[in-house]
Amino acid sequence: MSAEKKVAAYICKGCGLGERLDADALVNVAQKEGKVQLARSHDLLCSAEGVDLIKNDVANEGVTHIMIGACSRRAKTEAFYFPQNAVARANLREGVIWIRPDTEEARETTQEMAEDYIRMGCAEVKAMSAPAGNPNTGSARTLLVVGGGVSGMTAALEASRTGYPVVLVEKSGQLGGWAAKLWKRIPVHEPFKAPAGTGVADLVAQIQADPNIKVYLNATVTKTDGAPGRFEVQIATESGSVATEDIGAIIQATGSEPYDANKLPELGYGKSPDVVDQAGLEALARAANGGPILKPSDGKPVRSVAFVQCAGQRDADGQHLPYCSGYCCNASIKQAMYFKDGNPDIDTTILFTDLRTPGNGEDFYRSAQEKGVIFSKGKVASVSPGAGALTVNFHDLILDDKDAKLEVDLVVLATGQVPNSGVDIEALSKPPVEGEGGEATVEAKPISILNLQYRQGPDVPQLKWGFTDSHFICFPYETRRTGIYTVGPVRRPMDMAQAREDATGATLKAIQAIENAQLGRAAHPRSGDLSFPKVRLEGCTQCKRCTVECPFGAIDEDEKRFPLFNESRCRRCGTCMGACPVRVISFENYSVDTVGSQIKAVDIPDEFSEKPRILILACENDAYPALDMAGMQHNEYSAFVRIVPIRCLGSVNTIWITDALNAGYDGVMLMGCKHGENYQCHFVKGSELGRYRLSKIDDTLKNLNLETDRVRDLEVAITDIEHVPAMINQYAERIVEMGMSPFKSF
Amino acid sequence: MSANAQMVAKYKNNFLKEVQEQVEMGEWVKMCMQCGVCSGSCPTNFHPGWEHPPQEIFMMIRAGKREEVLTSPSMWMCTSCYNCIVRCPRKLPITHIMHGLANYAHRLGMAPKMQPTRHFAKLFWNNCVKTGRVNELKLSMGLYFKDGFGQGIKNGMAMKDVALGLLKAKRLNPFEMLGGHKCKDQNGIHAMLKKARELEEKRKAIKAAA
Ligand code: SF4
Ligand code: SF4
Ligand code: SF4
Repeated sequence: MSAEKKVAAYICKGCGLGERLDADALVNVAQKEGKVQLARSHDLLCSAEGVDLIKNDVANEGVTHIMIGACSRRAKTEAFYFPQNAVARANLREGVIWIRPDTEEARETTQEMAEDYIRMGCAEVKAMSAPAGNPNTGSARTLLVVGGGVSGMTAALEASRTGYPVVLVEKSGQLGGWAAKLWKRIPVHEPFKAPAGTGVADLVAQIQADPNIKVYLNATVTKTDGAPGRFEVQIATESGSVATEDIGAIIQATGSEPYDANKLPELGYGKSPDVVDQAGLEALARAANGGPILKPSDGKPVRSVAFVQCAGQRDADGQHLPYCSGYCCNASIKQAMYFKDGNPDIDTTILFTDLRTPGNGEDFYRSAQEKGVIFSKGKVASVSPGAGALTVNFHDLILDDKDAKLEVDLVVLATGQVPNSGVDIEALSKPPVEGEGGEATVEAKPISILNLQYRQGPDVPQLKWGFTDSHFICFPYETRRTGIYTVGPVRRPMDMAQAREDATGATLKAIQAIENAQLGRAAHPRSGDLSFPKVRLEGCTQCKRCTVECPFGAIDEDEKRFPLFNESRCRRCGTCMGACPVRVISFENYSVDTVGSQIKAVDIPDEFSEKPRILILACENDAYPALDMAGMQHNEYSAFVRIVPIRCLGSVNTIWITDALNAGYDGVMLMGCKHGENYQCHFVKGSELGRYRLSKIDDTLKNLNLETDRVRDLEVAITDIEHVPAMINQYAERIVEMGMSPFKSF
Repeated sequence: MSANAQMVAKYKNNFLKEVQEQVEMGEWVKMCMQCGVCSGSCPTNFHPGWEHPPQEIFMMIRAGKREEVLTSPSMWMCTSCYNCIVRCPRKLPITHIMHGLANYAHRLGMAPKMQPTRHFAKLFWNNCVKTGRVNELKLSMGLYFKDGFGQGIKNGMAMKDVALGLLKAKRLNPFEMLGGHKCKDQNGIHAMLKKARELEEKRKAIKAAA
């Protein structure tokens, strides 16, 4: 790129822009007010001819900065792709002509809107530079898989087949995990009528035969340092040897364990050997090896068996697991078939409160009914061992019989899955609360799995009930640690079929992370973004807000306690930029200045004009697309608003709001994603952090002697296409009601 | 040994098996998934005589509640509207199972004695198979006197205007009381019914053997 900055503005006249707007006036605004060195209009800028015009100016006129006044920045991204240049887009189509009525009286305000967007675009592009990519790249291409069960083995094989070397670490002495302990599995193929072989031996054989996969057995990860593309991982084996591997990305497939049935003495566990959990029954079935399954107590064949669903699960009292593990109904159906397929005269009863058979489980369920498995809707109160038989006492929920009883030889408890997720880093950072009952807790596993050398703690964050992090709404494999993916039941309860799918998907994400890390680009969700946060350390006051607020653990501290950015871990959300009180963090193409100068570029009419100005800071992941789509549907909204897309509500620096109010804007609308327990923004906690920061804005308003309603914080989802114009119009009315800002005359 | 005692001895406590083998369409009972759609669809749902809706009957069968099911008036309340069959997600022929159960209870002598539907069905059947034709006069008399002689007279008196009207219109012949007319091939009818029974027994035997 040439050293000198040369800015050019291009105004498109296609898509009706030429008819609805005065393009010459816009060119004029760009030149006179936007102060660009070159300004042109074109009949159809996204056509090959239009794009060539721009390319030609870059090649022959030395243009470095490009401002395109045409459609939304979300449209025509391939045509307007100039990676060597700084590019800004003024949204004249979705943002102006499509949301304004095509009438004579609206013409003036519509033109004003367009002119402001041109001013804003010119100001923005001047504050930008073309992003050059993060220089701290790493070129390790090996995938580390922690856990050698079905999920881990699947991930390893998928990565190897795609051409990436794999290091597989398994803490026990053999591969296969829980699946290796099963007699058979739930069927995954037509006709879904009978239990099928587990296929584990085959997976193990494939791993062993694959020269691209290096397996460490009896081994644990003792240290994980670095970032995607350049992780340095220490692996210690039981024999005492320690190996170090260079790793590109990590998949944690550490699975789950059955909920401890010893906590269910009322269901007879521990009181009679003939009460087993599902894993116990698998062991009995393996021992029987196709023959009759024998009672543990006396070795005689089982003649009747009851399966107790939801044992220690879906417990509202906070004693046991609060959740449904989702696979155990199908597993009990499978186990009932172990008996019925061998001998139809064995009585098999499944006692359930709600039978949940995801996937093709419905066919499997029907097949069990055909085979004569009895399904009774009932809640089991207790199992009492007696002479020679067990009595299951339950409340028959259909016949409302509270004292229903069933005498059986064997009882199987469906106890569900507890994740092996390592250390709960949030609990680490919180002091223990004494005497806090009520809320169900899954015991914290004290041993770290990854031993991350991150400031934020040694393992990936946990989401709920001990399951590891997941962007469960949109990107289920993503944790808040870039390049580290959790798969299988460690992430949420699931069966083998789901775990294999999970592993396959996450492997592809891990490969993306490896490739992007090599090129110095963001992996997710701004995949391919070359910008990255830069910090001007001279101005840093070491307040640590950035290190604490970064939702992704991207910022450590160096020896001098300055923030140390690990760019490859960074998601480019800008939360650090919003948090920094001295504003020393910025991106090449997104900074306090790029947004601030847009805000200042808007022409604010005087207080007698009856034309208020409302600034909208709209999250580019949800609110901005919703606004664009409102445009596509021609849902009109007020011409008083000026919209600036932002990376995340978390990136909003409060200075923008104070600047806007001081400049005479009459109102500010913030549009970000909903947050809370069941919501996540693209950057997981970004909107939540942003909102927390903005909750202090009321004080600022009071200091300025302004009404608190001058700033409005709104939750907008991408689907709010109809709703968002209404929100805008209501607010515009409210502003008119409140009257113009007293700051205009200054 | 009574038919009922024989069945108890044969199936011991396994009432579901008994129903599967002995009741028309009984093999479907195990396929019910207890969703309750049938009960919600049944028009007799709110009738006080309807003790157990179909879903419950099926659960009772699985729970081995033999006595309660077979003596229940519920199956006799079914109007054969077929709402449940149309809606059952598991495609159970519920209406037919209801009739099958009623019929089985009747044959074992377990069905409620004076339950009106059963009483009427019995009268109708006996009346009809005898001569191959329904003797309407005898059928209505039988119904009037269901609850005793006094009540029968009262019922008759209440209907006398209707009866006189029918007489005038030559729609009622009092001499039918003395025997009535028959169908042409009475023996043929009886042979046919006998054959039907044989077929039914055969089918049951096959089902039990399977
Ligand atoms: S807050 Fe966002 S932009 Fe800043 S370092 Fe963390 S991930 Fe990157
Ligand atoms: S609708 Fe069918 S499946 Fe549902 S309860 Fe009734 S019989 Fe059972
Ligand atoms: S057919 Fe009988 S059981 Fe079924 S809904 Fe109608 S009345 Fe009820």
